[in-house]
Amino acid sequence: MSEDLAKPGWKQIPIAGVPFKKATEYHTGDWRTFKPVIDQSKCTKCLTCWIFCPDDSIVWDGNTVQVDYRYCKGCGICAEMCPVKAITMVKEE
Amino acid sequence: MMLALNGDEAVAYAVKQSNVDVIAAFPITPQTIIVEKLSEYVANGELKAYYACAESEHSAISMIVGASAAGARTFTATSANGLALMHEILYIVSSLRLPVVMAIVNRALSGPINIHTDHGDSMAERDACWIQIYCEDAQEAYDTVIQAFRIGENHKVLLPVMVMLDGFLISHTTQNVDVLEDEKVSNFVKHRIPAEIEVFGKKVPLTLNPENEVPLTFGPLDLWDYYFEHKRQQEDAMEKSREVIRKVHDEYAKISGRSYGNGFIETYNMDSAEYAFICLSSTAGTVKSLIDKLISKGDDKLGLVRIRTFRPFPYEELPKALEGVKGVAVLDRSGAFGAMGGPVYNEVRSALYDSDVHPFINGYIYGLGGRDMTMEMLKSIYDDLVETVKSGKPKRKIEFVGVRE
Repeated sequence: MSEDLAKPGWKQIPIAGVPFKKATEYHTGDWRTFKPVIDQSKCTKCLTCWIFCPDDSIVWDGNTVQVDYRYCKGCGICAEMCPVKAITMVKEE
Repeated sequence: MMLALNGDEAVAYAVKQSNVDVIAAFPITPQTIIVEKLSEYVANGELKAYYACAESEHSAISMIVGASAAGARTFTATSANGLALMHEILYIVSSLRLPVVMAIVNRALSGPINIHTDHGDSMAERDACWIQIYCEDAQEAYDTVIQAFRIGENHKVLLPVMVMLDGFLISHTTQNVDVLEDEKVSNFVKHRIPAEIEVFGKKVPLTLNPENEVPLTFGPLDLWDYYFEHKRQQEDAMEKSREVIRKVHDEYAKISGRSYGNGFIETYNMDSAEYAFICLSSTAGTVKSLIDKLISKGDDKLGLVRIRTFRPFPYEELPKALEGVKGVAVLDRSGAFGAMGGPVYNEVRSALYDSDVHPFINGYIYGLGGRDMTMEMLKSIYDDLVETVKSGKPKRKIEFVGVRE
């Protein structure tokens, strides 16, 4: 929550609750309490995590499987489904 | 021009003259005459507005949200259970900063079911961030509806306004109402001009219009990280509305010759008063009659402070009006189960706490479900208040006036 203090105050944002930035700039990943961390040495690149991620936050960078932390909400489904236990959930600082 | 109008007709007449674009409504007693009259005005071409018949009050106010967001000047009216059904949307109207004007003909909330006046319906909405103005008679209802458009639509305010009148006592009672010429009202209220806001570095009208240079979304999700800031803005608008309410009231006084105190409170015989009544709406008329009667018998010690604008609450004006008063009787026409007193009582006591004015304050609940408040009952309250001051013991509990034991 501490990063909220850096956001603009009530005198700076438009009234009426209308959005003042694009949805693509609103990174809902900051709702997360636990973050999935992939151990690349165990990962077999089977992409089971990509199939099950409910928030489209598993990305294939052409070489390895990565997590898009801008949108990952830390639900832990990827870690649960990973057949080789390559993903661990780590508490956010 | 003097017309014989009841309170509801007076409201409809004011709306007809106020360049309204969209009316959406659902009939409910005792408000029905307002929307019936308006539908007649639209049907016979006297009022060029879009009139939508809704299937419920929830739908009526929801249609108004859309129309007002699109930039239209909008009006609706309701009572009691209709207002309760609108409850959810009332908060949305104020948070979207839509300057809707709504007449509330005060009626007791069910249950048990009842159609007569008390203030329980609008008092239940006092924290919905709507400006609330309570009117004493049909003339004031007419005058206040016209003012309401100017107040709500002011760019410093941008809040919805509720105009209250007592069910049947005012809504269905015919009196002489001095109406202004159409042109005079039209020049006063003009047409709604939407505010501008800056988004993405561009200034655009705050309207729901896909042709805006930057089209806006109204009512998206707003979580812990911005909701609080938007609520803080609403409080700021409420505070800024004080100056606007006063200015519009004074400006209207110039074109009409009519004023209601300072727009927030109206006082009666307070110069010589040692005791004061505080009340809302039509009861003030009965209190004024009692005061006149007392004066004719040589007692000029009772005065009246009628609260006209309840939201924003006149916490600065009240202590000034009550300076030198020994005892105050606050009359609440709504229940407050489990509280120390009715809503007016609690607000008045809070307003005085930090001031230097500390009279004895008794709270009286009266008139629920349309029970009459007679001169005799008011006199008994006056006697009770004098007794409290003499004994030096404030009541500090709710007194009920006019209920059978």
